[in-house]
Amino acid sequence: MKGLSITFAATLIVVAIFLLLMMLERKKGGRGMSFFERNGVLIGTYLILAVGFWTIVTIIMPMVFMVDLSFRPKLPPSQVGGPLDEYTLKNYRYFLFGSSTSAEAWNTVHIRAFFVTIVASIILTLVNFAICYPIAYYMAQAATLKKLRIVLLLLIIPYWVNDILRAFAFRILLSENGFVNGVLDWMGLAGAPFDFLGANVGLYMALCYSHLLIMIFPLYNAIESQDHNQIEAARDLGAPWWHIHLFVVMPHAKPGIASGMTLCFMLTAGAVATPMVLGGPRSLWFTPIVYDRFYQLFDWPQGAAYAFILLLACIVFVLTVLKISGLKLGEITR
Amino acid sequence: MTIAVELEKVSIQFGSFTAVEETDLEIQEGEFFSFLGPSGCGKTTLLRTISGFTHPSYGKVRIGGVDMAGIGPNKRPTALIFQNLALFPMMSVAENVGYGLRVRGVARGVRDAKVARLLDQVALSPHADKKINELSGGQKQRVAIARALAVEPKVLLLDEPLSALDLKLRQHMRRELREIQQRVGITFIYITHDQGEALTMSDRVAVMNAGRIEQVGDGRSIYAQPKTSFVASFVGENNAIPGTILATEGELATLDTPVGVLSGRNPTRLGAGGEATLFIRPELLRLSDGTPSECAIPTRVGSAAYEGSMTHLQLDAAAGTRIMASVIAAHASAHPQVGQPLSAGFDPHHAVVLAG
Repeated sequence: MKGLSITFAATLIVVAIFLLLMMLERKKGGRGMSFFERNGVLIGTYLILAVGFWTIVTIIMPMVFMVDLSFRPKLPPSQVGGPLDEYTLKNYRYFLFGSSTSAEAWNTVHIRAFFVTIVASIILTLVNFAICYPIAYYMAQAATLKKLRIVLLLLIIPYWVNDILRAFAFRILLSENGFVNGVLDWMGLAGAPFDFLGANVGLYMALCYSHLLIMIFPLYNAIESQDHNQIEAARDLGAPWWHIHLFVVMPHAKPGIASGMTLCFMLTAGAVATPMVLGGPRSLWFTPIVYDRFYQLFDWPQGAAYAFILLLACIVFVLTVLKISGLKLGEITR
Repeated sequence: MTIAVELEKVSIQFGSFTAVEETDLEIQEGEFFSFLGPSGCGKTTLLRTISGFTHPSYGKVRIGGVDMAGIGPNKRPTALIFQNLALFPMMSVAENVGYGLRVRGVARGVRDAKVARLLDQVALSPHADKKINELSGGQKQRVAIARALAVEPKVLLLDEPLSALDLKLRQHMRRELREIQQRVGITFIYITHDQGEALTMSDRVAVMNAGRIEQVGDGRSIYAQPKTSFVASFVGENNAIPGTILATEGELATLDTPVGVLSGRNPTRLGAGGEATLFIRPELLRLSDGTPSECAIPTRVGSAAYEGSMTHLQLDAAAGTRIMASVIAAHASAHPQVGQPLSAGFDPHHAVVLAG
C-alpha cells in the first residue's frame, strides 16, 4: 500500500473515531436544538466546511503522513513504494541506541539532549511564571486603566521585532567583546570577558523573553476575572500578601496558570531558531538535532520520528501535570 | 460604656473630590450603628476608612482608643462583610469560615472546633463541606457572618449585605442580624440606603448626604424630629410644601404657602421672612369632607392606590401641588371617589418647618 493512500485511510479512521466520540458525548448531554437550527443553513455549512478543512487538511492529514513516514526507511526516490519500503522501527531505535556501527550501547548524545531540553524547558517555564505572575497581577487587579494601557503597549511593541533579529541582537549584546562584557570590564568587575553564549545564558534569556506574552495573557485573563472584593476580604481577615496569592488568587487563576504554563513549555521545548542562533558550542537543544535530521542528513523518516518523540513526551508530560493539579483539559480554555 | 470607634475631624478626598467632609463621630461599644444615605453619599468610603482600605486625608480614626494611622486592614480589630459577600468559591463552607483562623496560625484542632461551633450558631452545620455556589442566598449570608465573626473582631462592618436578597428573606435576615449582634455583643456598623433596615435594626442611625452626616440619633427621633430637610425627605415618605415664614410663635412657625397658610414646629428657630419648607407625613394627615379646619389644605382626590394594609391617596391641591396621604385601608375614608373634594388637615405639632 502506498504512503498517500494510507494517509487518506488513516485520516478517515481518525475523523470517524472523533465523530463517534462526539455522538456518544451528545447522548449524555441531550441538547434540544440542532446545529443547523441554531446557526442557519448558510453559516452552519460554512462553519462545518471551514472547521473541517482546518482540522482535517491542515492538522490531521499532515500529522498522519508524518507518523507514517516515521515508520519507513530512508530510501532514494526511485525505491519509494518498492519492495524495500517496509514498515520499520529503526528510526525510533536509532534515537535510543544510535547507529549500528557506534561503539556505545546507548545513543547518549541524543538522549542527553532530549532530557536537557525537557528539564531546561520546565525550569524556564517556572522562571517565566515567576516573572509574569507579578506583572499579570498588577495589570489585572492593581493598575488603573491608563497604566494598564501603557504596560500593554510596553509589552506588545517589543514583539514586533522578529525572533531571528532578537536572537542576533542578544548575540551581539552577550558576545565576548559585546556590550555586557564591555560594561563589566569598564566597571572593573570582570577579570576576563565572560563567555555568556558558551554558558547558554543568551539562549535561556532569549527563550524566556520570547514567551513572556504567551504566559502573561492567560494569567491576566484568569486573575482579571477574580472579584477584587475576595482579595480585600482575605486581607481584612488578616492574611499576609503571600497567603492571599497562594490560597486565594492562584487557586482562582489555576486554569490560566495551567494554560500559560503548558503553552510556554511546549513552545520553549519546540523552539528552533533561538537555539540555533544562540546555543553555545556545548548547547544540546533537541530541536536543532531534529532539524539536522531533515536538512543535514536528508533523512526525513528519522526527522519525523525524532519530532514525534519530542511531541509525545511533551504531551504526556503536560497531561500528567494537569492530572496531578486536578484540572481537566477543557478547563484550561476557560 | 466605652467608645468602640471614634472619628476625629476625619475628611477623605480623592484628588479634588471630597468624598467625606470633616466628620466627628463616636460609636459606642456593643452598639448597632447604621449609616443611612443615598448612593454616592460617602457612607461606603467612611466604612472602608474604618476597616483600613482607605486612609483619611485629614483627621484620626481610633478603634478601642488606639489610633489606626498606618495600621493595615489585616491588622485591625475589624471584620468587613462585603456587599457581594466576597466568599471564596474555591473553598468549602468550613474552609471559608476558618480562613481567618488559618492565616493566624491557629492549630488545626482548635480551628476545627471553633468553625464547628460557629457553623452551629448560624445553623449551617449540615452544609460544612459544601461549596459556596451550592448554597442559597440566605445561607451564603450566614457563611459571610460566621467567617467574619471567626476572627473575633471588636467591630463588625457590614456594607449593605442584604441588598441582593428578596423581600421576605431580607426581613428575616434583619431580625437574625439583630439577634446575632445582641448575642455576641460586639459593635456592628451597618451601611444601607434602605431606611427600613436602618430603622428596624439600629440603636442609632447617622443619616448622610453628599459627604456630610446630617443627623445622628435613634430611629424614632430621626423619623419624627428631622433636623434638616434632607433627613425629612429621605427618611420615610413626606409631603414637602415650600413657602415663606410669616411669623414665629413659641415653638411654632406659620408659613405662607401656595396651598394656604400652614403652621408647624420650628425646631431650628428660623426667623420670619425666610424661605422654608413645611414637611408633613402622609399618615399624619386627617382627611375630612367637612369644612376645612384651621390648619388644612383643600384638595381633590386624584387617585387611590390600594396596597393591602394601607391605601395611598394622591390629592391635588392648588397651584399643581400634590399631597400624599396614607390611610389604613379598613378605615371608611380610605375609599373616596376620584375628584371628590377633601380637606387634608393636620396638627401643627406633627408638621415640621425646615430651611431649604
